[in-house]
Parts: sequence; structure tokens; C-alpha cells
Amino acid sequence: MMKKEILKLRDVKVYFPVKAGVFNRTVGHVMAVDGVDLDIYRGEVLGLAGESGCGKTTLGKAILRLVEPTNGEVTYVSKEDDETELTSLEKKDMDPFRKKLQIVFQDPHSSLNPSFTIFGSLQDPLKKFGVNSKEERRKIIGDLLEAVNMRREYMDRYPHEFSGGQRQRIGIVRALCLDPELIVCDEAVSALDVSIQAQVLQLLMQLKKDNNLTYLFITHDLSVTEYLCDRIAVMYLGRIVELCDSEDLYKNTLHPYSEALISAIPVADLDKKTKRIVLEGDVPSPVNPPKGCPFHPRCPKAKDVCKTEVPTLKKYSTNGNEHYASCHLIDLPEIS
Amino acid sequence: MAKTSLDKKFDQIKKREEEKSFSTKKRSRIVSKFLNNRLAVFGLIIFTIIILASLFAPLLSPYDPMRVDLRSMRQAPSFDHWFGTDSTGRDVFTRVLFGGRVSIFIGLGSAILSAVVGIAVGCYAGYKGGWIDVIALRVSEIFMSFPQIILVLLLVSITGQSLFNLMAIFILTGWGGMYRLARARMLSLREEEYVQALRSFGLSTFTICYKHMLPNALSPIMVNITLSTAMFILTEAGLSFLGLGVPLNIPTWGNILNVAQDILILQNYWWMWGPVGLVISVFVLCVNFIGDGLRDSTDPSQQG
Repeated sequence: MMKKEILKLRDVKVYFPVKAGVFNRTVGHVMAVDGVDLDIYRGEVLGLAGESGCGKTTLGKAILRLVEPTNGEVTYVSKEDDETELTSLEKKDMDPFRKKLQIVFQDPHSSLNPSFTIFGSLQDPLKKFGVNSKEERRKIIGDLLEAVNMRREYMDRYPHEFSGGQRQRIGIVRALCLDPELIVCDEAVSALDVSIQAQVLQLLMQLKKDNNLTYLFITHDLSVTEYLCDRIAVMYLGRIVELCDSEDLYKNTLHPYSEALISAIPVADLDKKTKRIVLEGDVPSPVNPPKGCPFHPRCPKAKDVCKTEVPTLKKYSTNGNEHYASCHLIDLPEIS
Repeated sequence: MAKTSLDKKFDQIKKREEEKSFSTKKRSRIVSKFLNNRLAVFGLIIFTIIILASLFAPLLSPYDPMRVDLRSMRQAPSFDHWFGTDSTGRDVFTRVLFGGRVSIFIGLGSAILSAVVGIAVGCYAGYKGGWIDVIALRVSEIFMSFPQIILVLLLVSITGQSLFNLMAIFILTGWGGMYRLARARMLSLREEEYVQALRSFGLSTFTICYKHMLPNALSPIMVNITLSTAMFILTEAGLSFLGLGVPLNIPTWGNILNVAQDILILQNYWWMWGPVGLVISVFVLCVNFIGDGLRDSTDPSQQG
């Protein structure tokens, strides 16, 4: 099968100004996302992993323009191969693409409006996109509720009447209601307990199959991505440090940071001895990232070159698959 | 297995649920929650009685509130004059009824109007942020830092005493508080994920902030409306007592109280100021009960 892009990110940067002093002058920038190049292919599940504060959520929101990117291009490629650059569009011209791109949020408790019934809070988007009769709106929402294994009548209930897992499924209904093509799942299961996590993940996979969806799956939990994702991108301090097929990430890890993350996955096997790589210290401040490789202060393998030169994302090949990584210490031949 | 009484109960609940599930809810959640609050219902009843009594004052009392009757000056309460008569022989009960019209109109009217202004500005500015917010904040600070009583004095001396001057001043000085309350709620609400979700659908700012966010910000505002209704009624009474409020010939609760400035009346003729003072207190208390009830029933996080 030919892989076709649905979204192309080119050098996306999101900087937040840091203001200080009496005159509220900008004294620096938080470089939440600092130059990300990424292609998302139609029909795949792309995992975006990284620890807290590495900019993965900001990147997800920048795609939907919930946060305005400071720089860079986000290009949407339609099924007919028409390319549209989203960041330069006027707000109102975004509308047709808002239908295609949706998001599922992390916190099921703040993601539903407590003052409205489920139908009440879901009907406005449908109204906006031209579903004018109330009967039809009720039908669409009812059908979707059934698709996520909930009862049709639940649409007249208030959010506080549901459990966390149910709310998360309602969040999924909301994302699905306009028949999108790409859904950004922003830590969609991390607030749920493990048994419910599995349930919701299975549901997501089922829905993907039924509706030909593409997921950008943002998570800090690499054990989830392993089973779910076709490809995984690992982010560190606003940059992608490794990007490859999910199998290769676990078998042929190239970047020392990914190695450390993978070693932290708990293994349910007493005989298997794993060597934990414990990273010292915290993520450096994104206001003032370290010179050279951003990971060098914590990297167990860092050499002198890492302190001075910024590594770029280079293409390698493992297992015959494309494998991108940005590290000076990889001794594989680079593919151009 | 034998059916226990619990099973039966459960069956009943299930049956009821099935019946209900096909019809949409008839009574809104806010109304039913409000009606469950006894104190608030009690307040609402007294509040309604007082308002209806003032509205239908001509039917309840044979006297004219303005007519001077020097033959029946300073009479103690009797069957003819329930609250007695004042120094010019006007029936106090009638004056309290008619005074209620103006006092309640001023109190409730200024509170609601200043809330409308405050909410309209506060929601939009709080949600949007940026320079609109900065300007609105500064303007509200200017209005709030201006002493009310000086404004009243200024306006009264320029344009003379009038009801609308008083209301205008109440609104001018009162919207700032409402604005800040609405703005503060919006600032915390706009980071909620459901707001982000609405934004990801590209809904208009108006729909998002007035339709979807405002109901969640209403509960503290409701309380504030009732509190300021009470406050405005009291301020009106105070200003009229000083002779700065509504022109003295119009009966208001404050104007009726005005006579208590005279030590002689205060000591000897309790019915000229006692009943009206009581009515003011009861009314204000009821308004506060209603406010508490509204706060609890409009607060979506209280589910009881």
C-alpha cells in the first residue's frame, strides 16, 4: 500500500513569551515546540511520546490551531491530494478543516460542560456544520453513543451522571460527530485506571477501523504505544529525537533518550532482569535550552561533540525500515 | 429465586426509568433544585407577596398616598389606619405599599441592569483577553474608585433629584463589581477542556462565551445580584433619609423613613418609622434567601 500523507508539519515552532518587570517586557521565550518536521500518513496511528513538559500536547494543539504556531507550516492533504497550508488561513477559512481534524482531551472531568446535557453541548457544532433539524442531530449523536457502547438515552443526561471512562467515551463521540479524518488523542487514556484504559483503547481501535481514521496518539506511556501505534515519534524539549516504526523503537533503539524511556517500562516477568537507565535531573528549562544536543546534560553516553554541536534528525535504516534519529553517537550509515 | 422487596423496588425504579427515558425532562434542573430549598422558597413567597402588594396597592388601600389630611395627624395604628398616620395625616400603610414600587424598582432594576452591563463586558473581555480586557479592567477600576456619595451629590446638585439619576449612578458604580466577578470566572473557565473542544470546532466567540461558558459562571453572579439589590435598596433608603435620593414628594421606603430624623418622632411616634423599617429588613432578607437558593441551584458542581 502506498503511504499517503494526511498532514505535513514543517519546522513548526511554538514559542510562548516570558514577560517580566514593571513594563511587562518580553525577556525570553519558552520554546515549547522548537522546529518539528513530521509527516502523518493516512490511516496510521502515530504515537508521540515524551515526558511532561516536552511540548507534545502543545504540538497537538498547534495542529488544530488551538495554540497558534509561531513559525512553520502545517499542511493538510485531502483525499484528492489537494494541499492546504493551515497556519496562514484566516479563522473563518479554517472551518472546512476543523471538520477533518479533531481532538480528544486528557481530563474527562473538565472536558464536558457541566451545565449542559450531552446533547446540549454536542449539538452546537453539528448546527454550525449544517445539520439543521433537531431530529437529525439527535440521531447522529444517538448513533455515535451506541457506537461507543453507551445507551442512546444517555444524551439527555448531565456529565456528572457519568463515570470517568464513560465521559472519556463521550469525549470520543464529540470528536467523531463531524466525521473527522484525523483525531489527536491528547493523553486520551492516561487519566483512567488500567482496566478502563484497555477498554477505551480497544474502542478507539475499533472506531479507527470502522471510520478510516488516523490518530496522532500523544502519550507519556510507552507501554501503551507499543501495542497501539504503527510509528512512534519521541520528543524531547520541543524536538523530535527519534521517529521510526514502533517495533524498531523497542528492538533497535537508536537514541539514548528513547533507550532510557523504554528501560522504564515495567515488565511483568520476574525472571526477566531489566537494566533501568535512570536519568539524572530534570528536563532543562525550555526558556534556556542547553547548547549543543539538548539532551547532553542528562545523557549517560554524552561526549564532547554533544556539548557543542546540535544534532539534526538524520535518516537511518533498521530492519529495512526508515528510522530517524538525532544523535551524534549513532554508528549506522546515514541514508540520504 | 424468590422476589424480595428490594427486587420489587428495583423493578419499579427500572420501570419508571424506562417510561421517563422516552420523554425529555419537563422541569429544568435549576428549577427543581431551587424548589427543594425551603428557605429560598419561603423567601420567594414573601418577596412575591411584597411585590404584588405594591403593584396592586390601589386595590388594597382606600387612601391616596399623597393626600394630606390634617384632621387625622399622627394617629396611632388603628383599624382604619393599619400603620397609623404621619405628621400630615397621610396613611403610612398606603405609603409603604406605594413606596415599595419605587424602592423595589430602583433596587432590583439597578442590580439587574448593572449585572447585565457587567456580565456583557466581563464575559467577552475575560474570554478574549488582550487589550480589550486591559481597557475594560482600567475603566472599571476608575468607576469603582469613585466614591458613590460624591457622585450622587454632584449629579443631584447639577440636575436635581430624580429617580433616574439615582439609578444611573447605581449602575455606573455597580457594574464594576459584576464585571470583575464575571471576568474572574471566565479566566478560570476558559482553560477548561470543553472550551478548547468548542474552539476546535471553530464556534464563534459569542456562542462559546455567552451560551456555553456563562451558565457556569452564573452562580456567584446570582448571589451578587441579590446582594446588590439589597444594598441598593438600603442605599436608596439612606440617601433619601438624607434628602439626596428620590424627590421627597414621591413615597419610597427611604423617604418614609426620612421622618425619623426628628428626635420627637423617633421617640414618640414609632409607627411612622418602625413598620417601614421592618418591611425593608424583611424584603432584603428574603432577597438574600433567594440569592442563596439561586447560587446553589445554578452551581453545576453541586449535584444534590
